[in-house]
Amino acid sequence: MAAFVFYLFAAAAVLGAAMCVLQRNPVASAMWLMSTMFSLAAIFILLGAELIGILQVLVYVGAILVVFLFVIMLLNVARTSSDLRGPASLGATVVVAGLLVVELAALWQYTPRRLAADIAQAPAFADPARVFAAGAAARQATAAQGVVGALAAPLFQTYLVPFEVTSVLLLAAIIGAVVLAKRNI
Amino acid sequence: MPENTFLGPSLALSAILFSLGVAGVLLRRNAIVLFMCVELMLNAVNLAFIALAQFHGAGGQIMVLFVMTVAAAEAAVGLAIILAIFRHTQSVDLQNINLLRG
Repeated sequence: MAAFVFYLFAAAAVLGAAMCVLQRNPVASAMWLMSTMFSLAAIFILLGAELIGILQVLVYVGAILVVFLFVIMLLNVARTSSDLRGPASLGATVVVAGLLVVELAALWQYTPRRLAADIAQAPAFADPARVFAAGAAARQATAAQGVVGALAAPLFQTYLVPFEVTSVLLLAAIIGAVVLAKRNI
Repeated sequence: MPENTFLGPSLALSAILFSLGVAGVLLRRNAIVLFMCVELMLNAVNLAFIALAQFHGAGGQIMVLFVMTVAAAEAAVGLAIILAIFRHTQSVDLQNINLLRG
C-alpha cells in the first residue's frame, strides 16, 4: 500500500515537473509546479517528515508560488510566444540533463543496508539498525515528544546559531526586495 | 528501522526532479519560469535530505527548513529583480537582457 502511494505521488511529481518545464504559459507552469510540490509534500509525510510536509504546503505552495503567480499576473506575461532556446541549447540540455539522470539514477539501487555498509566501511552485512543510531534516536524522540517537539529541540539547541543567522538572511532579503522594488532603480 | 524507507526510489526521484530543473534552466528564456525551475531543484534536494534524515536523525529535516528559508528569500529578491528588469526592458525574456555583455 505504502509503495503504491509512493509511486503514485512520485509519478505525479515527475509529470508536474516535466510539464512545468515544457508549458509555454508561465501560469500553467506555475500550476504544474504546484502539483509537483503537493506530491512532494505527500512523499515527505510518507517518509516520516510530517512537519516538513505541512511546511512544504504552507511555505512553498502557500507563499512562494503565490508570489510567483502574483508577479506573472502583475507583469502580464502570460501570453507569449514560445520561449524555448535554440537547437544548440536543446542539445546541451539533453546532454547535461541526460548525463545527470544516468549518473544519479544509479542511486535507485541504494538500500538502507548498503548505505550502512558504505558508512561503516564494513562488508555487506552491516546492520542498519546499529549503524544509524541517530535515526533510531530521532524516531524515539518523535514518539516521546511529538513530531514538532522532536524537530524543535535540536533546532533551538544544536542548530541555534544557524537559526539565528537565518533571521539575518531574511532581514537582508526583505531590505533587498524593498530597495529593488523602488521606482527609480 | 521502519520496514519500508524508500531510500533508493526517493534518491532516484530526487535525481530525476533535479535533472528536470536543470533542463528547464537550460531550455527556457522566460526569467520567471527559470526561477520556478530553480525552486524545483531546491525541492529535489529537499527530498534527498528527507530521505536520508530517516537514518541520520533530525539534522536533515532541519536543513530542509533552512533550504526553505533560503528559497523564500531568493524568491523575494529574485522576483524584485525581475520586476526592476521588466520596468527597464518591458520584457522578462533573458535574450533581451544583455547589458552586461561586453
